[in-house]
Amino acid sequence: MEDLKKILMEHPFFKGLDEEYSSLIVGCASNIRADAGKMILREGEEANHFYLIRSGKVTLQLMTPNKGHVIIETLNEGDILGWSWLVPPYMWHFDAKASELTRMIALDGKCLRNKCENDHHLGYELLKRFADIMTKRLESTRLQLLDIYGDRS
Amino acid sequence: MATAPDLQSLKVDYKRNPMLPWPFQIRRVKHETEDTFTVELQPQGDLEEFAFLPGQFNMIYVFGVGEIPISISGDPANSRTLVHTTRAVGSVTKAMDKMRRGDILGIRGPYGTPWPIEKAAGKDVVFVAGGIGLAPLRPALYEVVAHRERYGKVVLLYGTRTPTDVLFRQELEHWRARFDLEIYVTVDRAMSGWRGNVGVVTNLISRAPFDPRNTMAFVCGPEVMMRYTSMELHKRGVDNEHIFVSMERNMKCAIGLCGHCQFGSVFVCKDGPVFRYSQIKDMLVKWEI
Repeated sequence: MEDLKKILMEHPFFKGLDEEYSSLIVGCASNIRADAGKMILREGEEANHFYLIRSGKVTLQLMTPNKGHVIIETLNEGDILGWSWLVPPYMWHFDAKASELTRMIALDGKCLRNKCENDHHLGYELLKRFADIMTKRLESTRLQLLDIYGDRS
Repeated sequence: MATAPDLQSLKVDYKRNPMLPWPFQIRRVKHETEDTFTVELQPQGDLEEFAFLPGQFNMIYVFGVGEIPISISGDPANSRTLVHTTRAVGSVTKAMDKMRRGDILGIRGPYGTPWPIEKAAGKDVVFVAGGIGLAPLRPALYEVVAHRERYGKVVLLYGTRTPTDVLFRQELEHWRARFDLEIYVTVDRAMSGWRGNVGVVTNLISRAPFDPRNTMAFVCGPEVMMRYTSMELHKRGVDNEHIFVSMERNMKCAIGLCGHCQFGSVFVCKDGPVFRYSQIKDMLVKWEI
């Protein structure tokens, strides 16, 4: 448990979080692994967790009728997977698949949601951290949308 | 189109007039992707060698069609073969794409400032390329690989549109197999069969293995990509003075006379195309320039 606490609190996502919350966070955490090809989450299913990727690679993808699965983004070691647990209606908007053996720490979002409702300081701290991730992903998505590589000759 | 000029009848000294193109014969055309190709050229007449520095460009003249600037993408150690890689997008490059072995092109150059590779000795070297921007960086990569012992970690971060747009695939595989080079490729979009990375190239910077306090970064790609890449490198801790970018503007004369490529107070053809990021950082966000 101490190891898990150390890993979590040293992760950039949780770095700087008040010590009083560390035990609470660890209480919501569990180590999981996903073999290559395993679906970690599916679009439309209930979103009750988020994941810290410790090693391996996860593809975020979307099923399209004509093209099949389109990969939107690859997440690697150190990345956070999933924020739909934080926003109603708490449903996944994409599929996520382990493209190689992936080890993660799963955090119980349902449990954390309740804790955040009761402790707004914790809720604000977590929201700030997720807002940072969302901002970066939005910036990346905007660059992808620009299709910039078609321009240079 | 592209008829070979009669070299005997051209009684001019090409070397003394920067506005006169020198004839080069196409030795090989290689299609890298659906719309991108590489031409290997050999100088004609009494010019046997063509020396250049990594990052420099030539003005390429397709006779009867027009002249455009294209960066040199070959190995600077091989001065007998001139190599250019470009996309077939405009009238000149589309005409070039149709040319075959034996056809003649006019070349003026080399022009412009090179990548300051010598300043990277003893440091980690990070190359960040976007799309066709890998081509102007390749000579610098050749140079660094040829003198690998002079540098710390050598990292290439390469982003492109889709897996089929990856340039110099065989060479990248070859470099990736080496233990002393770190090669990371990412694409903007892919189908489920792609086993590599998906996402913009800037995403690779935060986890790339280099020491930002002792790094020299060379960035080439679309201007937006270079802007965000430079910001991300700086965020990681790389000094703006140690980031170099290769700019592109509408170059015509290539010798700083016509003013077509003016970029604020500088000419891209003469003062660039390689600039220190700190020198042009503020101009990149001014849309009036």
